[in-house]
Amino acid sequence: MNGFFALVGRDTRIALRQLSDTMMVIVFFVIAAALFPFGVGPEPNLLARMAPGILWVTALLAAMLSFDRLFQNDYDDGTLELLVIAPQPLWMTALAKIVAHWLTTGLPLLVASPVIGIMLILEPSSYGVLMLAMALGTAIISLVGALGAALSLGSRRSGVLLSLLVLPLVIPVLIFGAGAVDAVIGGFAATQQLLILGGLLMACLVVCPWGCAVALRLAAE
Amino acid sequence: MLHRFANPTRFLRLANAVLPWATSLTVILIGAGLYFAFGASPADYQQGETVRIMYVHVPSAWMAMFAYAFIAVASAVGLIWKHPVAHVCALAAAPIGACFTVICLTTGSLWGKPMWGTWWVWDARLTSVLVLFFLYLGFIALANAFDDAARGEKASAILALVGAVNLPIIKFSVDWWNTLHQPASVTKIGMPAVHSSMLIPLLLMAVGFTMLFVVLVIVRARAELADRRINALRSARIHAETAQSGA
Repeated sequence: MNGFFALVGRDTRIALRQLSDTMMVIVFFVIAAALFPFGVGPEPNLLARMAPGILWVTALLAAMLSFDRLFQNDYDDGTLELLVIAPQPLWMTALAKIVAHWLTTGLPLLVASPVIGIMLILEPSSYGVLMLAMALGTAIISLVGALGAALSLGSRRSGVLLSLLVLPLVIPVLIFGAGAVDAVIGGFAATQQLLILGGLLMACLVVCPWGCAVALRLAAE
Repeated sequence: MLHRFANPTRFLRLANAVLPWATSLTVILIGAGLYFAFGASPADYQQGETVRIMYVHVPSAWMAMFAYAFIAVASAVGLIWKHPVAHVCALAAAPIGACFTVICLTTGSLWGKPMWGTWWVWDARLTSVLVLFFLYLGFIALANAFDDAARGEKASAILALVGAVNLPIIKFSVDWWNTLHQPASVTKIGMPAVHSSMLIPLLLMAVGFTMLFVVLVIVRARAELADRRINALRSARIHAETAQSGA
């Protein structure tokens, strides 16, 4: 377990020292969301209706920008090979990197989303559910995205490839995440959607670190 | 049993024996199916002649799913038993499955225009097939993204397995999303019990398409194995030549 926390600490520190990389993702999130009113018009009712969808889609696209640096630097400088041959199980190493990624990308996205919610005139009663759904959803996105990043490590044009691999797989997150917020706005309880998101998170916690480990071993060969 | 065909030569012997039979079955079945579909089956009392699109549309939808299942099973076999021919078969099947998906989507939208009055609706089934198409694209792109072919086939095999786990979840969530966002504004035409005059050509086409899939997979796998053989021979010759000139 020591190795796990050491790795989380190391990756978080590296991300914080290259703060501009993390900020870039957030800035993209804000700019992309701010483009929608220009595209569809500033009418408050329309924006309020579209706000949950816009928030989730732009958060997803912003997260896509962050995955190429998840394993790439370690792969380039040889750290990855050391991690692969280390005594710690590789799935745990992968999970540590995923946790660090969530702390430095998912969490900032989570913090930024209410601000964008205000800009898009999101229904005030739905912020609690939005944050809860976002917390679960960004964790799933980190897990699935890490799998995509590990699979496409060392390939040509890995950035575009990554989106092609990951985006279809996270469609359920988008559906239930936006659905939870929509449900609250419509006056229903969002329990079902949140429970399904939680279930998806559990399933991803089982599948993705394992898949990452297999893919990383493949990449380090 | 599986291990017998890990040897490409043995696999090729079987494939070459199967190929003529599968080819002739494909020609006969699809030929007969098309004859029944366009000539001998009645037009639908409601849909008119457009019902004939179904004879291509439904089998290709089945094949789109069957091909993905085939890829997932082949990938699992390839990963678990390190079976080289299984990977070759999975890679050979991917573009074929993607083509069936495109055929399914295209014929569906051709049928949708006169029937529903629109080329495309975000119906649960259409959306799931579209996502399936994206999964095929991801699989093909990942398999071809590496300079080292072995790396590509293993990475894409892992992706195929994850995709196969995810596919029912996507299907379920799209169904959910559809009922949530779109209260039945698009009336799906309720399939009445299919009459045998339509069922026979449909089944003929379905089996014919399956045979076509077998033929295409064999042809593509054979080409891929030949390609690898050529590469191996070429690099062996280069090694021999450099060794000679060095001495």
